[in-house]
Amino acid sequence: MKRRFASLVATLFLAAPCLVAQDEALRIPKSIAAGDSFSIQTTGSGKAALYIVGPDQVLKRDVDRGQSISFAPGTLHNAGHYLVILKTESSSDTSEFDVQPASAPSELSFLARPSRLPVGLHDGITGAVYVFDAYKNLITAPRSVSFELSNPSGVTQTHVVQTHNGAAVAAMDSTQQQGSDKFTARVGDITSRRIVGQVPGDPCGIKMSAKPSGQQIELETEPLRDCSGNAVPDGTIVTFTETYAGAQTTADVPLKRGIAQVAMPAHNGAMLSAASGVVLGNQIRWETH
Amino acid sequence: MLKPLKRLLPALSILAFASSNHAATSADVRIEPSAAQQGPRMLTEQTASAVIRDYLQSWQGLSAALEQNRADLLNTDFSGEAREKLGETIQEQAAAGLSTQYRDGAHDIQIVFSSPEGLSIQLTDTVAYDLQVLDHGKSISSKHITTRYIVVLTPAEARWKVRVFQAIN
Repeated sequence: MKRRFASLVATLFLAAPCLVAQDEALRIPKSIAAGDSFSIQTTGSGKAALYIVGPDQVLKRDVDRGQSISFAPGTLHNAGHYLVILKTESSSDTSEFDVQPASAPSELSFLARPSRLPVGLHDGITGAVYVFDAYKNLITAPRSVSFELSNPSGVTQTHVVQTHNGAAVAAMDSTQQQGSDKFTARVGDITSRRIVGQVPGDPCGIKMSAKPSGQQIELETEPLRDCSGNAVPDGTIVTFTETYAGAQTTADVPLKRGIAQVAMPAHNGAMLSAASGVVLGNQIRWETH
Repeated sequence: MLKPLKRLLPALSILAFASSNHAATSADVRIEPSAAQQGPRMLTEQTASAVIRDYLQSWQGLSAALEQNRADLLNTDFSGEAREKLGETIQEQAAAGLSTQYRDGAHDIQIVFSSPEGLSIQLTDTVAYDLQVLDHGKSISSKHITTRYIVVLTPAEARWKVRVFQAIN
């Protein structure tokens, strides 16, 4: 036990000059902001090489020991952890320091989804933002991000979210009106904008009428609208079905100018129906007199 | 340094997928549960596993690229800002006659954010690594470093690529 303790004391005693030498040889700020000017104070005398090494940036300077080595603004601009080495022919002193992101936001990376969706969806639009400084370092200190969704009428939804580790996310409801909405993320006076197309949803209902046309029945829907009153776009498929004597006949018809129409065989007692997606329309029983 | 991490590993419920998928690295890997995950989307275990696997492999790409001063070795694992910055470091190293060896020894990883529809995933990693600096092939310093990284990965054709790679002590 005594021998171990003596060994520990001896180790600490031998190590102490190295620790002191490190402190004495290099005086470095513990951290700086990206792009800021800074200086490193060295001690001793003679020529040396100074290295600042990290995965994001590497600098090498020939220096005279005992002087303060200044670095101009913008020299060290990538945030990260750096190893500093002061190397002479006979010695190598090291220290570490951090470069923090600059505090002022300069750029937003804005991921918005989807680019097109039906009207009236709760939390249907989502946006995520990463906040960067002028040197494209992720600003990890909290920042308020304002997410704004405005429709062509000028109605705006706003959510303000704090970033966490440089990221913020928000979900917005798609509006009741079809058209192109502006989805904007804002941090201070930095903005990034996306356009989100809002299209009509499924038809709210289908109302169909029938009239005779020779040996056939002409079926026609009224103009289809979603539950917010927006016209369902042309091309939306309406399926007409005729059931007669246990047999079914169907016709898939795209909307043209908001309505769908088709001619089907006229059978006395046939059941006629129309549907689009999950929406069912009225049924008509065809009877000839 | 590494032993405490090894002792902690069995306590993690996620260990099974963590160890089975990270055979490519010799480093000790600890995965923290993502309980405080920010974002609207909960990750599936397969996605989390793929992200962590690809992130750990990126350390091998980084290590080889900075050791050989070959920016092309970054292309598999890095994109965007991370790729640009590491590529510039390689240019700076080559111009100064330097090379660096990064040997990751231990990772303590937590997924902290996933953006809508899986467009990006953010993790933090407290990583312990050995850094050796060589000037014209001669070692001038060797240091054991522990630091915390924040990493953003985005999906590419067949894998996740590191887009932001930044120490945040």
